[in-house]
Amino acid sequence: MSNGPLVNPRKAMGALALLAGAAVLPLLISDPARLNFLVLILMAAQMGVAWNIVGGYAGQVSLGHAVFFGIGAYTSTMLGLSLGLSPWLGWLAGGAVAVLFALAVGWPCFRLKGHYFAMATIAVAEIVQILVTNSDFLEGAVGLSLPLDRSGPAAMVFLSKLPYYYIILGLLVVTVLVAWAIERSHIGYYFRAIKDEPEAARALGVSLTRYKLIALSVSAFLTAMGGSFYAQKEMFIDPGSVLATSISIKIALVAILGGVGTLLGPVLGAVILITIEEYSRTLFGSTGSGTDMIIYAAMIILVAVFSPSGVLGLLSDLRRHLPGGGAKPKKATKSAEIRP
Amino acid sequence: MTADILLQVLVSGLLIGLIYALVAVGLTLIFGVMDIVNFAHGEFLMLGMYASFWAFALFAIDPVVALPFTALLLFAVGVVVYQTVIRRILKAPMLSQIFATFGLMILLRGLAQFFWKPDHRLIPHTLVGGNVVLGPVQLGLPQVVAALGAVGVTGALWLFLHRTRLGTALEATAIDREAATLMGIDGQKMFALAWGIGAACAGVAGGLIATFFPIFPEVGSNFILIAFVVVVLGGFGSVTGAFLAGIIVGLIEVMGGFLIGPEYKTALVLSLLLIVLLVRPKGLLGKA
Repeated sequence: MSNGPLVNPRKAMGALALLAGAAVLPLLISDPARLNFLVLILMAAQMGVAWNIVGGYAGQVSLGHAVFFGIGAYTSTMLGLSLGLSPWLGWLAGGAVAVLFALAVGWPCFRLKGHYFAMATIAVAEIVQILVTNSDFLEGAVGLSLPLDRSGPAAMVFLSKLPYYYIILGLLVVTVLVAWAIERSHIGYYFRAIKDEPEAARALGVSLTRYKLIALSVSAFLTAMGGSFYAQKEMFIDPGSVLATSISIKIALVAILGGVGTLLGPVLGAVILITIEEYSRTLFGSTGSGTDMIIYAAMIILVAVFSPSGVLGLLSDLRRHLPGGGAKPKKATKSAEIRP
Repeated sequence: MTADILLQVLVSGLLIGLIYALVAVGLTLIFGVMDIVNFAHGEFLMLGMYASFWAFALFAIDPVVALPFTALLLFAVGVVVYQTVIRRILKAPMLSQIFATFGLMILLRGLAQFFWKPDHRLIPHTLVGGNVVLGPVQLGLPQVVAALGAVGVTGALWLFLHRTRLGTALEATAIDREAATLMGIDGQKMFALAWGIGAACAGVAGGLIATFFPIFPEVGSNFILIAFVVVVLGGFGSVTGAFLAGIIVGLIEVMGGFLIGPEYKTALVLSLLLIVLLVRPKGLLGKA
């Protein structure tokens, strides 16, 4: 892969076409609920791609990513409320705090191998959720509301859903570009070495802890930006909405379903996951019935047992096994850029 | 007076710690034998609680009387989970292993929510209601019975692992899988057994706490985290370590709740995890 041209023209065209489609799509939709549905997909996709940097490429499964999401949401909101800082700067501040947190927590936790690292991340997220819930400074379980009087681009508060769509689309594009850059750079190769052959990587002089920390920091920064965006969109945050275990699960699920360690797998995962969520809600009335959980849990187990590289891996396997594989040009450009 | 309160706190911590030990023992056993963390372990406990609840609601069988059935049922669940899912991912990449049991966790929670609603349920009148007074210490009888039951089951497991042929074979598989296979031990059978026993331990723990703890689909999430801390503190794969660590974690939780405030007790226990990782990553009795 390293010998190929920097950008494969066919893939680039495919990516641009996809992006153009995404940019035009909301203009064809007038129903705010539908538009919101698309925003939810983009948010889930952005978090999934961010998670994938540490969970997929570096193979360090975090089941506590809500902590970074929450840090982003709380940092930008608190800075806005107390100092009147613009959320555009709060975005970066939230990312920075998340990186510091990732470094502080990653250092002890990365001593753990795979399974136990995943468990430790749940524990860390749980601790933070408890501390924030009981913190007077952060208004605890009551939550924080953004002031409604400020609106417009500078405050990142809009009456219509459309600007939010374009902001999150932009953030998703940035996140995908970061993931893409990492995938192609030497860092990306180190990540994969850490994931597949940690002992060999160590023997070759790759500092496992340093590169794991880099993966976690980048992922944390981008996840925190997703959290700040959520706060701006909803205008209200509390521990239950930005730090809950269910958010950690969702972030991981998106990537796992779509395809761990693939560039656009999480985007596909987000489409699948959010669609299941919305349809099971309309079909079965409420979210309390657990049907969405059952469906996507069954999907993850099937993916884990039969196709570790997710739905995307499954699709590319299918194409490879079909006679004259990859003959469908329309789909092929889109999925050819993803390696299982 | 303060000494009395301290004694009360210590004894309460001991009681809950013994139950944590029982939950963690199953987790550490599965990990020890096959290097897989069962994220669905808390859900086995949840199923044990619901088994007790339905035994009571449908057949008016007391949770304590139902314990052997709960254990058998969960043993079967553990073996079925192993045969249908885990067996297929033994050689899969670690990510797939994590996702498989993690997916199982969500699946079992979802099924419980679908069939039994997210409501909190309580078993109203059990055989073990009321209080016990021991000198200055006053304790709930359900808690005392649960703790004694937990000690009994953990002790029985220890005897099984160290004093029976089958148990020794299981231990041998945990120590060195290849060598055990060369000695004629059927690894597959041992793995299934570990899952059965692990699930049964969690199920019995669920049955025991069902006498005093609310039952709901996500009840396992608290216990799995604490069980994880216990496993890390005790040393991965060590049953004795898990037993000791369970008691320590119970004491820290109740003492911390008493001294700092009950809302922080779980956070305190979870922070212990990070401290152990920093100071002594192999835990109290760990091998690695």
